[in-house]
Formats: sequence, structure tokens, C-alpha cells
Amino acid sequence: MSEPVYASKKRDFKTFILQGLWAAWPICLGYIPIGIAFGVLAQKAGLYPIEIMLMSILVFAGSSQFIAVSMLSAGAGAVSIIMTTFAVNLRHLLMSSSLAVFLGNTPRKKLSLFAYGVTDESFAVNHTRFNQKIWSLDQALVVNHTANIAWVVSSIIGGYSGRFIHQEAFGIDYALTAMFICLLIFQLKGRFYIITAIIAGVSAVILSLIIPGSSYIILASIFAATTVLGIKKWMLR
Amino acid sequence: MDVTIIQTKVVWVILGMGLVTYVPRWFPLIFLSRSNLPQWLVDWLDLIPAAILSALLVPELITKGSPRHMSLWQPELWVAFPTFIFALKTKSLGGTVLIGMALFWLAQSVI
Repeated sequence: MSEPVYASKKRDFKTFILQGLWAAWPICLGYIPIGIAFGVLAQKAGLYPIEIMLMSILVFAGSSQFIAVSMLSAGAGAVSIIMTTFAVNLRHLLMSSSLAVFLGNTPRKKLSLFAYGVTDESFAVNHTRFNQKIWSLDQALVVNHTANIAWVVSSIIGGYSGRFIHQEAFGIDYALTAMFICLLIFQLKGRFYIITAIIAGVSAVILSLIIPGSSYIILASIFAATTVLGIKKWMLR
Repeated sequence: MDVTIIQTKVVWVILGMGLVTYVPRWFPLIFLSRSNLPQWLVDWLDLIPAAILSALLVPELITKGSPRHMSLWQPELWVAFPTFIFALKTKSLGGTVLIGMALFWLAQSVI
């Protein structure tokens, strides 16, 4: 009797991989040009290929890597680069909190591995599917690590050969913006979500004009979610 | 070029960046998934994705520069409308990325 069980587990494994890959390919499509662009900039800023690879593996957070590289080439100190990275990437705290809701009773080791791959894009793709109750941590891990491989490999390619590629070609500057547009639409599941998005968008713009840096993302998100939760509670009273 | 060349400062920067990026990703997954969260927090966290994605997206569309200033006359904004409609109709992430890139490329070469 053990044979069929084994066979079905094996099939499940294959299905998980395929479902994960299918969910991940749009992320890869966005990451590859940006990873290459990052490699190019990093190389121009004086980083060696092994350092570019190390940064993409250990940090795996696009915008903070771009910022770090430009700070490095401007001669900034290590501590200020690290603190800036912390500020830029603190938004992942909210994303992981949001994902944690779906991940009770999961082994800590698996969660620790999953945490590594939480990015703006993988978060949104996985969260949408967890919400539809069609997703498990295994598929989510495939998404995270596929995206991670695309990011690491493309940044290395950029570090070596990207200087031949013009960044403006093929509209690659717009890949992530287009991705965010679609991911946002996935999240607009009712009027409260739409109101949240509007408040977050407007307050993010205002805050981004006032405060330097990228703390506006986390501030606007907290403000919008808190306001709408308040409205919701007040209306349902 | 010797691929094994590595600079001490850069390595420290990378290690520090890795640490401060990983901990905020890890902490809530370990500590929030274990406990029964109060309902208001679950409701609040449910609104966070829409809020974050909008906070990431909208300033990209209508501001630019450093320090940031308003900029409504840029292809980022105008390309967003057809891309939005396409995404709404198809719900295809990959398709939206391709369409967005193509339209942006077109807009840039026209301007």
C-alpha cells in the first residue's frame, strides 16, 4: 500500500513545482531586466562580480541594492548604507505580518527559509493565492526561490556583460511598475480595499514630497490601513 | 579579470545589509504565525497589501526626481491607464508586464 502513497506524493511535488513556476514567471520577467540593470550599475560603481553575486544572494531586495550601490560609489560609510537599507526594507515587516496570518502550525525552519524570499512581488503573488485558499507554503517557496534565482543570475549577467545593454530599451524601466498595477488590482477585492488603496496612494504621494527617502511607503500604508479599519469599525457599530 | 577579488568594506556592507533586511522579513513570520491574532489585527493586516502596493505605485506614476516633485506629464502616468485597463480585463500578471513594457517603450520613443 505504500507505493501509491509514494506515487501521489511524488505527483504532488511535481504539481507544486509547476504551480509555483507558473506563478513566478511574471516576477522573473520583471526581475531579469532589473537584475541586469543592477549588475551594470554595481559594476560601474566598482563592485566585483563576486560581490554583486553576494549582495544579490544575501540581500535580495532590489531597490535597496540600487541605493546601496549608488551610496558606495558616492563614498558613503558602511553604517549609513546599512541604516538606509534597514529603512528601505522595513516595509517587509508588514508583508511578513500579513503572510503570517496564513501560516500557523508551520515548522520554524520552513518559515525561516520562506522569510528569506519575501519581496514586494513574491509577497503580492503569494498573498493573493493564500487568500484564494489555493496555496500552500510549498508552492510559495517555489515562487520565492524561482524569483531569487532569476534575480541572482540576472545581476551576475549584468555585472559581466550588461554594459552592452541600454537600460531604456524594451521599456524595462516599466516592468515593475506594470507588475504593481496588476498586483494592486488583485488586491482590490471590495470597496474597503479600494478606499485603502486611494488613501495610501494619496498619502504616499504627499509624504514622498515632504520626507526624503522611502519611509513614505510604510507610513502611508500604516496610515491608510488604520484609517480604513477605523471607518469600518465605526460603520459596523 | 580576477573573479575572486573582494573588498573588505563592501563585504561588511553586504553582510550588514543582509542582516537588517532578513530580520524584518523573519520576525513576524516566526512570532505572529504562532499566536492567535486578535481579529482587529487580522483585519488590519488584510488591508496592508492594497495599501503597500498603492503606496509603492502611485508616487512612481506622478512624482520624480530627488528630492521628489510632482510630474504629471510623464509617460509613467499615461502608460498606466491602458496598462490598468488591460490588467483589469485579463487579470494576467505576465501579460500586464509585457503590455506595460511595450507601451512604455513606445511612449518613450514617441516623445
